[in-house]
Amino acid sequence: MPGKLKAKIVAGRHLPVMDRASDLTDAFVEVKFGNTTFKTDVCPKSLNPQWNSEWFKFEVDDEDLQDEPLQITVLDHDTYSANDAIGKVYIDIDPLLYSEAASVISGWFPIYDTIHGIRGEINILVKVELFNDLNRFRQSSCGVKFFCTTAIPRCYRAAMVHGFVEELVVNEDPEYQWIDRIRTPRASNEARQRLISLMSGELQRKIGLKVLEMGGNAVVGYLQCFDLEGESGLVVRAIGTACTLDKLSSGSAPNTNTHIHPNTAPASNACNSPSKDGKESPLAHGCRSTHNSPVHSACSSQRLSQNFSVSVPTLIFTGMGSGGSAGKEAGPLKTLLRQQTQTALEQREFPFFTLTSFPAGFLVHVGGVVSARSVKLLDRIHNPALGNTRSYKLLDWNSVTADEPETRDAWWEEIRQEIKSHAKALGCHAVVGYSESTSICEEVCILSASGTAAILNPRYMREGCLDIGSTDHRFEEPSPPSCGFCHIPYDEFNMPFPAQLTYCYHCRRQKVPDVLFTTIDLPPEASVTGKGCLIQARLCRLKKKAQGEVNATAISNLLPFMEYELHTQLMNKLKLRSMNALFCLHIQISVGENMLLGLASATGVYLTALPAPGGIQIAGKTPGDLSNEHHILTIQKRINDTIAKNKELYQINPPELTEETVGSPIPEPRQRHRLLRSHSESSDELSELDLSHGKKDAFVLEIDDTDALEDIHSLLTDASPPTGFYSCNTEIMPGIFNWTSGVQMFTSVRVLRLSNANLTNQGLNKTFTDLCENLLKSFYFKLRSMIPCCLCHLKFTVAVPEEELIQVTVTAVAMTFDKDQSQEKLTEKPTTKGSTETEEQLQFPLELSTDLSTNMQTSNKISGTVSLLTPAAKLYQNQLIMVHSAGVPESTTVSPRAASVDYGSFADRCSTWLELLKMKAHTIRRGSVKTSRRTQSLAHPVSSLDRSSPLPEGRSRSLRSNRSFGGSSVPVVKMTPVSFLPGTRIIKYLGIINMFFIRETTSLREEGGISGFLHSFIAEVFAMVRAHVAALGGNAVVSYSMKECVLMENPNKNQAQCLINVSGDAVICVRETDQEPPSVANIGQTCCSSADGAT
Amino acid sequence: MAVELDVFVGNTTIMDEEVYQLWLDGYTVNDAVKVRMEGGVMDECEASADVLQSDTMDQYRTFQMCERLLHSPAKLANQLLFQIPPHRQAMLIERYYAFDDAFVREVLGKKLSKGTKKDLDDIGAKTGVTLKSCRRQFDNFKRVFKVVEELKGPLVENIRHHFLLSDKLARDYAAIVFFANNRFETGKRKLQYLTFQDFAFCAGQLINSWTVGALDNQVEDMDVDLDKEFLQELKELKILISDKDLLDQHKSLVCTALRGKTKAFNEMEANFKNLSRGLVNIAAKLTNTKDVRDFFIDLVEKFIEPCRSDRWTAGDMRLYLTHYTNSAHILDTFKHQVVWDRYMGVIKSCIFKMYHD
Repeated sequence: MPGKLKAKIVAGRHLPVMDRASDLTDAFVEVKFGNTTFKTDVCPKSLNPQWNSEWFKFEVDDEDLQDEPLQITVLDHDTYSANDAIGKVYIDIDPLLYSEAASVISGWFPIYDTIHGIRGEINILVKVELFNDLNRFRQSSCGVKFFCTTAIPRCYRAAMVHGFVEELVVNEDPEYQWIDRIRTPRASNEARQRLISLMSGELQRKIGLKVLEMGGNAVVGYLQCFDLEGESGLVVRAIGTACTLDKLSSGSAPNTNTHIHPNTAPASNACNSPSKDGKESPLAHGCRSTHNSPVHSACSSQRLSQNFSVSVPTLIFTGMGSGGSAGKEAGPLKTLLRQQTQTALEQREFPFFTLTSFPAGFLVHVGGVVSARSVKLLDRIHNPALGNTRSYKLLDWNSVTADEPETRDAWWEEIRQEIKSHAKALGCHAVVGYSESTSICEEVCILSASGTAAILNPRYMREGCLDIGSTDHRFEEPSPPSCGFCHIPYDEFNMPFPAQLTYCYHCRRQKVPDVLFTTIDLPPEASVTGKGCLIQARLCRLKKKAQGEVNATAISNLLPFMEYELHTQLMNKLKLRSMNALFCLHIQISVGENMLLGLASATGVYLTALPAPGGIQIAGKTPGDLSNEHHILTIQKRINDTIAKNKELYQINPPELTEETVGSPIPEPRQRHRLLRSHSESSDELSELDLSHGKKDAFVLEIDDTDALEDIHSLLTDASPPTGFYSCNTEIMPGIFNWTSGVQMFTSVRVLRLSNANLTNQGLNKTFTDLCENLLKSFYFKLRSMIPCCLCHLKFTVAVPEEELIQVTVTAVAMTFDKDQSQEKLTEKPTTKGSTETEEQLQFPLELSTDLSTNMQTSNKISGTVSLLTPAAKLYQNQLIMVHSAGVPESTTVSPRAASVDYGSFADRCSTWLELLKMKAHTIRRGSVKTSRRTQSLAHPVSSLDRSSPLPEGRSRSLRSNRSFGGSSVPVVKMTPVSFLPGTRIIKYLGIINMFFIRETTSLREEGGISGFLHSFIAEVFAMVRAHVAALGGNAVVSYSMKECVLMENPNKNQAQCLINVSGDAVICVRETDQEPPSVANIGQTCCSSADGAT
Repeated sequence: MAVELDVFVGNTTIMDEEVYQLWLDGYTVNDAVKVRMEGGVMDECEASADVLQSDTMDQYRTFQMCERLLHSPAKLANQLLFQIPPHRQAMLIERYYAFDDAFVREVLGKKLSKGTKKDLDDIGAKTGVTLKSCRRQFDNFKRVFKVVEELKGPLVENIRHHFLLSDKLARDYAAIVFFANNRFETGKRKLQYLTFQDFAFCAGQLINSWTVGALDNQVEDMDVDLDKEFLQELKELKILISDKDLLDQHKSLVCTALRGKTKAFNEMEANFKNLSRGLVNIAAKLTNTKDVRDFFIDLVEKFIEPCRSDRWTAGDMRLYLTHYTNSAHILDTFKHQVVWDRYMGVIKSCIFKMYHD
């Protein structure tokens, strides 16, 4: 009996009137855990009852503790008839199960009813007493911490990153059980809520077990999703990254510098880590994958990898056109089998990471985006007549559950293999920023996975955990952090796709592509010119209504065209903004009955290390036509104007570099490429792709039909945000450093009904684009009081809930920043960069002098700010001190590590003697130059500045910042989709928040229509999240996300139903200035240290 | 292409004060959008009419959801549904309970009943306040009335505590409750020149000095009902006009004090007996509920109008009433000094306030 759960019901307030006669309520409470139920006394005739109950004690297994929620039901006592339920509270007690987190749950919880919404509040106290369990065959995984945050949580240090963990559980959806026909909607909703709560608990426990087996103690970047597959069931699946985290002692840790320096997590630490099980990999799913022969219920699958620097995506059509028949499927099946045998031998794990930002030094090189999609047909219970492998599912779901996850597992397994092979093709051994998603319409399901191929520093991983060949040791050699990740990881002369390579504009030593696409956050150390912006590609494609395999085939035939179009749009928009890299790229393809929606969102930036993007040139198809010519000229002018305007808007003014100074040893004219418009109808796309790789002067758009014209128009109609606003879908805006504490998280949902008259692809595209643009405009308008501010982490989700309906759900946070200081930075930045750049025009730059000049520049900058004596400047200096002290010992550790580099092993990867020579020279320099490391660490304080704005509160604080107001009895809980709150420091993670709610109404009109219904539901969900966080003792939710918002309505019946799933990390944060006010002594020190740095 | 659904929910509830005011004033969404467009808010953020429409709809929905809470403002502070910073909460409440002086002037002293509520459209038409706004204001009066009716303790304090209103607004509500309870006549043509603020001031005076609560602050309805004993005692003041000697003595004392100090001296001397009779008679009749209702009309008819026709200035009025009150203390045979002071203190300040055009 490893645990004792205790609950106490204190009081209620604002209860609804349940007895019309007396206008009062006779309330009592049922407390249920597992199969045990306790009741309080009835508190007669009160809307604010005081029960003050005894402690109800449940003695339970810790397995149950992890799976089950504590269920509290408030009822109205009725002498003559059945007691009426007022509402329920589900409390996830998981946060109480690990020692460092919350010790008690105590507070007011909204009493929630799926039909009536929030009906009053109840005050509850919950405690858990855990006994030590030494049983090694245990099924529970108490103590494993879960984080939604896709970075190493602040206030922790990653001792080791173990890698990918995944799990899924399947059950029948209560909504589709036979009993649903006879039970009330309330009972059905509650059964569903309870089931999902149970399933998430089970899932988390199972993942926790895997983590323990791997020797880890935490899951970071935990992403849990639901697939409501309708009649074929309910899938709850999760992925995450297993880590061993050490808590940083709050006193000594450089709190503002949240990114762990490489030297704080040295390789030796990995050996000391608690995991003793060295090389054995007990991963359950690894074994499963071997015997799990691909039970394909897929009728067809196609995948596609998108690589950076592509004028065209590299399309790898493994399952293209294999319309579901077994014969056609044989080909890809074989390859898959072969792959699987290989993997069974040499590999036990997917080298995937759900993280999107990393400790400095973790990410060595980034290859590009890899993605895979697969169209599957869901099994149908009532259709056993289909007769092939996929209809094996029996009516009795209990007997099926054992097999069912295997099928889904196999599906995902297949996709992950695909991703892995794409990454390999890019010369990468790992995938970072990895995520998975599904889109379901009727029985068709699109599974998608995407990530960024990358090469990681193996220091963080257990030996043998990753598929790292010895050749990869060369990547341990430190390359400049501000550009190193841009350098190509693959072989220059054996490129997986056509790309233009140039020498890095920052370090001049290694090759970089002309464009870089990634799914990760911008590495904080990356050097960026100007600001970034949100770039979206939107696309609608009509398709015929169809059933089963025909439908699936139609969809899988459409997918590559959609991906291609989205990619082209992204590319064009990127060029139009004069930028050269995309971060946090997220492509969502949503399937409806008669259309497919594609939405790609990313944050565009100008990476200083990458070449400047060429312009866009318009070409007509028929050059003779004069009027056409004129038309083209006007369009060209508009495009050029837009590019110029955007350059100004995003402050992109990179140092001008002439071709001669590039100093590339391989004389290589800067290649630009052109892209032919792809006609969606054309079938010979592959040949066209080959043609497209020409050497033209600019990115060419050919106008050969109205189609292309429309596209160009839509390209130009994207409005830039109004003055004072920025937007991005990364955690923070590249180029903004001084966040103030104003934070406003919001969720917005819009549903558009298409008029069914003559829908065309063009018309739809326009409608869809307008919908997204208008949403953004609305946000800008609503949040105008926060100017200057930036909409960060904008997450758009599209869905086609019904025929002719398009639903867009957006969650984001508006964060204020200090405008003056950002300008100050801006004026400084280009000059700094510029001079660094000129230094580096030497063919073999003398690193010492370059570093010195950077140091000089930095210290100049500092003295400039000192005279202003702004609090920010003071703090900035504080950070410098810390970094300097950290930087000095670091430089001593550099040389031995550099010396251990095995030249022979990477010789084969160096394709030319020239490169080898260069590298040798490079390494030798490394060993002797001490100061080089210092600049590297100097880059950190700047980057950490933008993450955690050290600006003290009260300085230009927005009205909306709502702390420190006394008198209110409800504690303020801030929410943000970002992993931190500006101006604050997270001192404790209290546990994961993962909540699922259903709301239903049979009086839609009375609740203000569908908008009124959803508005109050979302507000209720926020309220419940806040209440749970507050009860855990927290004051904020970070990494918050709304993962599901499924809305169904039937206005004729006056009914609607909505399901919402939200998650996040409950935290306690304190103001950054609370414990470390910049003192005078520090300033003095800074002057010394900055002077020291200059020498 | 119809927008089927459009919502925006912030973790901190976003409320635009301008839109809130439009909502309170009873504008429809479309009218509010028009007003906002004319106000130039569109230029602020490159907004379009659609954006404005969507924003207005959102805010209206938010306000509607909040309205239930505003009915018992204490709930607003400890509800969990909306996260609203306290200063915004205070703004929401204060504005929700604010009222139009023109409207309140119409219902002042009327019974807060269904009958009155039916006449709201007429009042709305007369005052130019939308019916929706009239209803909100009327319901506010009624709600406050109902809550404080059953409470012990000082009226203003109770209102301020229960409805979390500012002191000023709480006092105004106290006046409204007081007038509604005692059903003072305020609608007569002769009283039309008086503003709500005039009446509110008088109500404050009456509450402070003439109610039960003026002596004992733990009685029920202490500030709403006039002190019955005091009203009885007021009858004793009749001696001032019924006793011929006393009246003459009083007159000569006042006239001596006033002589040479005002241009209106002759009129004062001539009218002294009439005016004194007027004031004392009002006092003596206050035991009748009917006469309590006519208190203000009597003040105007018996005192203010005669003075006004004699062209007294405000200064004359002040001088006259001060000496009139004080001289009574010198009369040896007049034994009701305490009652006199309690009566005249209120009458003086009421008349000062009411003596204007």
